[in-house]
Amino acid sequence: MYRETEIVKDFTATGEGGDMIINVGPQHPATHGVLHLVITLNGETIKKVEPHLGYIHRSIEKMCESLSYRQFIYVTSRMDYLSAHINNHACALCVEKGLQVEIPERAKVIRVLMDELTRIASHELWWGAMAMDLGAFTPFFHAFRERETINDIMEETCGARLTMNYMVPGGVMQDIHPNFQKRVKDFLQLYKRKIHEYDELVTGNVIFQNRMKGVGILSAEDAISYGCTGPVARGSAVSCDVRKVYPYEIYDKLEFDEILETGCDSFARYLIRIREMNQSIRIIEQLIDNIPTGDFQAKTKAVLKLPKGEFYTRVETARGELGVYIVSEGGTTPYRIKFRSPGFSNLSVLDKIARGGKIGDLIAMMGTLDLVIPDIDR
Amino acid sequence: MGAGKYISDVWSGFKSLLKGMKRTGYYFTHHKEIITQQYPDNRKELNLPERFKGEVVMPHNENNEHRCTGCQACELACPNGSLKVIFKNEMTPEGKKKKAIDKLVYHLELCTMCNLCIEACPSDAIKMAQTFEHSVFDRNKLIKILNTPGSKIMEGVE
Repeated sequence: MYRETEIVKDFTATGEGGDMIINVGPQHPATHGVLHLVITLNGETIKKVEPHLGYIHRSIEKMCESLSYRQFIYVTSRMDYLSAHINNHACALCVEKGLQVEIPERAKVIRVLMDELTRIASHELWWGAMAMDLGAFTPFFHAFRERETINDIMEETCGARLTMNYMVPGGVMQDIHPNFQKRVKDFLQLYKRKIHEYDELVTGNVIFQNRMKGVGILSAEDAISYGCTGPVARGSAVSCDVRKVYPYEIYDKLEFDEILETGCDSFARYLIRIREMNQSIRIIEQLIDNIPTGDFQAKTKAVLKLPKGEFYTRVETARGELGVYIVSEGGTTPYRIKFRSPGFSNLSVLDKIARGGKIGDLIAMMGTLDLVIPDIDR
Repeated sequence: MGAGKYISDVWSGFKSLLKGMKRTGYYFTHHKEIITQQYPDNRKELNLPERFKGEVVMPHNENNEHRCTGCQACELACPNGSLKVIFKNEMTPEGKKKKAIDKLVYHLELCTMCNLCIEACPSDAIKMAQTFEHSVFDRNKLIKILNTPGSKIMEGVE
């Protein structure tokens, strides 16, 4: 017997409240690493974005509690692996603060040089990955050409390309390689010769600008209340560069500008990072010919013991403010360590900026936040 | 939106696309500026810098002598227990019992190449080698004994 099939005509009425739920990740090719996003959609409009974390949680903070003050620094390279030097730097600074060690001037300059090189390398990888999020594949290789040059410099001086473990309490592990200055200067020349390609390929592209401008609006008040730092907050004209606000090492003696954009959208966050690379180049140019002679490491005891108390330092990584908080009971290992990672706060704002937008823009918005998932999960 | 604005938008969009395509085309025709290396084929001319951290090795001289005193500084410095010193009792010429190093066991599968053991070693007995192709089919092959069989400590190293 023939029975007429009931045809559903109003799709918005199906499901719970008419919403469609899409899972992006944890193994989705469009996301960075193992990020799991649960997206609630109404048609094409995003109603809610819920990040699910924990897929790459290695309990680094707990691991650090069983390692001595020299040993725990190497683990932090695995947090934000794109700015491993800066992570190590933050931990070394915190231990030095507890030990009350004055580190030599040469070590300070080497540290700042390495930090800025790492920042450029990190932003370059972000630039390539950002363009890849939007569907352009070629820029990735252009970005990697310059990034590989930095990696080669790191490999020669620190012995590794990604997880360097070069900063130790009291200075740096080894002196810089004799070729270091020459190779950095070669890199500066290469960078200046090639930087216009970035604008030709991506920044000036009309498709790119149309997908970036007016998308993912983050107001300055929201940026502050969500605890955003780094280029994400500076794209909304919130002055938060730790290098300027709370200068550490020799940043107070250097000439560089804190980049601020008032656009508050994805394009503003993009421009911040491109212009920040030029500021890092400026810092390197000031220092590369003026590395003072002397020791590269201060004399420290074989077994480090921090006095009883709490110590906190913060540095500016490529993604924002990284805080290291050590609670010491006077022993050789920390009683408790907490890392305030920039990625976690920056991810929390994704729901805010994506709400009301279209699903097609979500990956682009996520790209401008510059998420590194191991940094978020730790 | 006026027709004039529409046409100028299309034209500027077209121009920006051509600009990007020109850059891609430039590298298509300029092969000398391509810096990609063909890795497995260029093994012979692949030079890694001397500081590259590949694996921990113990250099021996021509008389099969090493510089390791067995002070366990590397074992203490290692964050994840990759190094282990095993001792044996040796008789000195005077007939006294002396503790000496039997084996320095190195777990490559645990090592993270952090360089802390090399920094800690007071007698420069171990160093980092530049090898990096560590993959093997059996996990047990990654547990290495750094000192060669029958080796002894170099004279004059305390």
